[in-house]
Amino acid sequence: MANLKEVRNRIVSISSTQQITKAMKMVSAAKLKRATNAIVQLRPYANKLKDILTNLSTSLEDSTSPFIQEREPVRVLVVVVSSNRGLAGAFNANVIKTANSLIAGKYATQNQNQNVSILAIGKKGKDFYERRKYKTIGNHTEIFSDLSFENVSTVTQTIMDGFVNGDYDRVDVIYNQFKNAGMQILVTEQLLPLPRPAAKAGDAAAESRVDYILEPSQEEIVNSLIPKSIKTQLYKAVLDSWASEHGARMTAMDKATENAGDLIKSLKLSYNQARQAAITTELTEIVSGAAALSNG
Amino acid sequence: MTLEILTPDQTVYKGEVTSVTVPGALGSFEVLNNHAPIISILEDGKVIIREGKTEQIYQIKGGVVEVIDNKVIVLAEGVVT
Repeated sequence: MANLKEVRNRIVSISSTQQITKAMKMVSAAKLKRATNAIVQLRPYANKLKDILTNLSTSLEDSTSPFIQEREPVRVLVVVVSSNRGLAGAFNANVIKTANSLIAGKYATQNQNQNVSILAIGKKGKDFYERRKYKTIGNHTEIFSDLSFENVSTVTQTIMDGFVNGDYDRVDVIYNQFKNAGMQILVTEQLLPLPRPAAKAGDAAAESRVDYILEPSQEEIVNSLIPKSIKTQLYKAVLDSWASEHGARMTAMDKATENAGDLIKSLKLSYNQARQAAITTELTEIVSGAAALSNG
Repeated sequence: MTLEILTPDQTVYKGEVTSVTVPGALGSFEVLNNHAPIISILEDGKVIIREGKTEQIYQIKGGVVEVIDNKVIVLAEGVVT
């Protein structure tokens, strides 16, 4: 039977852990609400932008925008969106695992030639790839403390500049897409070159297309919209990952609180058993002692 | 006609307006009721919204505007208030 004092100490320590996990869960729940709100706010903008681009997609086919030019993928950049803090279940482990399998699979030859660079958004991913001596670009761990389109845009801009300069021929982004608080879907998306929208020959929508006045010209509009659409895509990825992080942490902490509760319950049981046993032993000793005295 | 000003971070404006002036790439222009469908690039500049006699001004950071069927949608990268 366990020592009484030992068990009491464990109960106290687990109770305080439980309080911490409970608080973390509530903090994540509040942050999750803000994060999902941001996604909802982005949606109308992203949808409208896509609408306009598809509307003008005929000129996308022969657009001269540098961002849609396909090149032989000699040098590759992988954008890994992770989080700054841990204690979110398998959240970061999953992102890194997917990124590793992408690098080892699809980009195996580029990896052998040391042509894979990593741009990590979030501290966990950055630490992982720096330890393993990958080429990591920039420090983007502060982005989550002030998450706005403008801040993410500056990161996207450096990526786009690198693409135009020929530093990378292909940019992929890996992140956790937010499905709901308990569910994240890992997604790998091609960021650059921008995938051309599937040609919709003889589409009914194409028939009824409105004749817009285009200022200054169709091509210039498309060329100015493409960078915006790329920025929106990465911003959406970061927002999704942010919401997923809090969702994952909420679930993980909820589980942890529950487990701590179970543990306390079973510890209390063994504590009471030990206490009862001690009392019984003491009583037996007193009774047998008294009996021995009266007999003598 | 209705106007929406959208940025990636928020919906800045949504409502009925009498007219709106936007900073087009080829110069600032005003959109009134029954304007022909147009898509135009916007420069950094002022969006002036008039509703009856009241006037509201937003400073936007580049974007694009679409006008169709008395619906004006301004997509801006950011808004300075």
